[in-house]
Amino acid sequence: MPRKITIEPVTRVEGHGKVTIHMDEDNQVVQSRLHIVEFRGFERFVQGRPYWEAPVLVQRLCGICPVSHHLAAAKALDVIVGAGTGDGLTPTGEKMRRLMHYGQIFQSHALHFFHLASPDLLFGIEADPNIRNIIGVAMEHKDLAIQGVMMRKFGQEVIKATAGKKIHGTGAIPGGINKSLTKEERDSFLKGEDPLNTDKMIEWSLGALDFFKTYHKANQQLVDNFASFPSSHLSLVRKDGAMDLYHGVLRAIDSEGKKILHDVDYQNYTEYIGEEVKNWTYMKFPFLKEIGKKDGWYRVGPLARMNTVDFIPTPLAQKELEEFKAYTNGKPNGMSMHMHWARLIEILHSAEQMKDLLNDPDIMGKDLVTKGTKTNEGVGLLEAPRGTLFHHYKINDHDQIEMANLIVSTTNNNIPMNLAVESVAKQYLTGHAVISEGMMNAVEVAIRAYDPCLSCATHALGKMPLEISLLDKDDRLIDRKNS
Amino acid sequence: MEKKVTFTIDNKECTATAGSFIVDAARKNGIYIPTLCNYDGVKPAGSCRVCTVKVNKRHLTACTTPVAEGMEIEVDTAELNDLRNAVVELLFTEGNHYCPACEKSGDCELQALAYRFQIMAPRFPFQFNERDIDASHPKIYHDHNRCILCKRCIRAVKDKDGKSIFEFNNRAKEVRIKLDDKLGETLSDELALKAMEVCPVGSILVKEIGFKTPIGKRKFDRIPIGTQETTEQLSHKEEHHE
Repeated sequence: MPRKITIEPVTRVEGHGKVTIHMDEDNQVVQSRLHIVEFRGFERFVQGRPYWEAPVLVQRLCGICPVSHHLAAAKALDVIVGAGTGDGLTPTGEKMRRLMHYGQIFQSHALHFFHLASPDLLFGIEADPNIRNIIGVAMEHKDLAIQGVMMRKFGQEVIKATAGKKIHGTGAIPGGINKSLTKEERDSFLKGEDPLNTDKMIEWSLGALDFFKTYHKANQQLVDNFASFPSSHLSLVRKDGAMDLYHGVLRAIDSEGKKILHDVDYQNYTEYIGEEVKNWTYMKFPFLKEIGKKDGWYRVGPLARMNTVDFIPTPLAQKELEEFKAYTNGKPNGMSMHMHWARLIEILHSAEQMKDLLNDPDIMGKDLVTKGTKTNEGVGLLEAPRGTLFHHYKINDHDQIEMANLIVSTTNNNIPMNLAVESVAKQYLTGHAVISEGMMNAVEVAIRAYDPCLSCATHALGKMPLEISLLDKDDRLIDRKNS
Repeated sequence: MEKKVTFTIDNKECTATAGSFIVDAARKNGIYIPTLCNYDGVKPAGSCRVCTVKVNKRHLTACTTPVAEGMEIEVDTAELNDLRNAVVELLFTEGNHYCPACEKSGDCELQALAYRFQIMAPRFPFQFNERDIDASHPKIYHDHNRCILCKRCIRAVKDKDGKSIFEFNNRAKEVRIKLDDKLGETLSDELALKAMEVCPVGSILVKEIGFKTPIGKRKFDRIPIGTQETTEQLSHKEEHHE
């Protein structure tokens, strides 16, 4: 008899999601889907609000990566207040924002790798779930758990010093920033008591990379084949092709590394990116217009960034990137579990970036805000921990927001995550009459690799009740349930 | 010479200038009585009732009642504190106050009082009244969702002839603060800033300056409401002045 397996909620991810897997009478996976069951609606209720409120209001989408939304909104508003399209801020304004952003990437990646993902690596995908969690890590791998907690703390302290608060600060304002660092604040990060200083963070980032590489060596088959599939990749890159998580031009490559988007100005993103709506999830499906709805999907996030950039402008991370790229002979890497490897390279890069920025005297400058001729529309993009984040606003003549469009990282990864779920469901569940918890966790491991932030990825407003449908293999409806 | 009167607040003997309002007299004696619609230097209105005290067993507003010889005033009692809490909670439920994205957060007296009273959630149901935003003025942004109708702007922001620049419009539930049609047109930058400063909440905002003050430097980040001026500071100030 056909069966439907539901994993709800998907655990150790941010936000709430659900997976349904349809199996036929021969225990073959017929269809699998990742559903996003929350809805937010920020794009609607930001309408009518004064534009300068957006960076503070919209960041409330999320408590894990609010800084990304805060900064993406501020970047869009820089355009509106005439402070340029990413290059018009004062040195202090731009560097403070960058510091905030790298602090955010650092803490979010640390949270993801150590707290959410490491239990699967340390104990195994099918281990007892009572141990396979962060408490288990703390009990059995105390040093690693402490590193995870302290690295996250360091990132959060950087955010507090730049944004005013660890969560939901107000640092970035249209055209700049509302504070710079004092010498005491700066020194506390550079020369703080162990472990809370930049040198220790770099050392621990290298240690985390070693940990992953050792794991990879011992589990090569799993890491390389788990949810591995080719895809296009998209990210911002600096104009010279370097990794730049704060600002750049849009680059997309296909699975062979051929450029699809040739380093284009993101102010015109609607020329290149379309969004499709489907009736079974609150999440939209973005696609590259040049390729079309069906095949125009792409990956974003750490793995995509490793594939799109030509180099990383900090020496230690660059060395790691070379090793990463060499593993696939310079070809784009489509192995979902390598997302963790890429993430750790970015942790290292962020630590190096923070050190460089803190050593720059501009970080203590007093010239904080730029203003120019106002316009009524602006787009702000940056590379959030999980991938490219789009914020787009239009305002009216009275300074009120008329239109907002957000394409968040997890939305960009919608199809890849569904493909990863399908791939793992087929690999682990096919042919099994009895489905174990471990098998279902394998599906979650695939989702977890993308570090999805499910809560901020939803758009629809009100009139789309979640519907669970059970279909047989000929798409005939067997049962339907409204949530 | 000013005439002094003696009275008690919560059984503590106090002295103050005859005719001064209870709120000010209490402050000079080191006692804080919470207020919201009251504003230094502006004629009190007694409209919010947050400063309600008991004078000789009768409920009166401390901002409009002058002290008199022999008064027995109650301020910090369970009954009065609960009443003040209730007033603040009513204001929160009547308007639409979303502190997380409000640029007045940290500078807002309504929020500061809620923190002082440790209000976690109001006892009354939220009304979700539909109120609009008036952004049509080139300098001022008026968010009626946050207005508590305290009239501070009407009483404090005046042109050089002493005419109020703000006024009430409509009646009862529909009453709204608005700029005088004529005087509003010539509103100076200085008066616009004063209106924002005078507004105890985030209802009157000057455009395009939101969030300029970093967290940690906002008014109530530094000193919680009701602790600004102790008796010692005041007496020091007075001595210095003399």
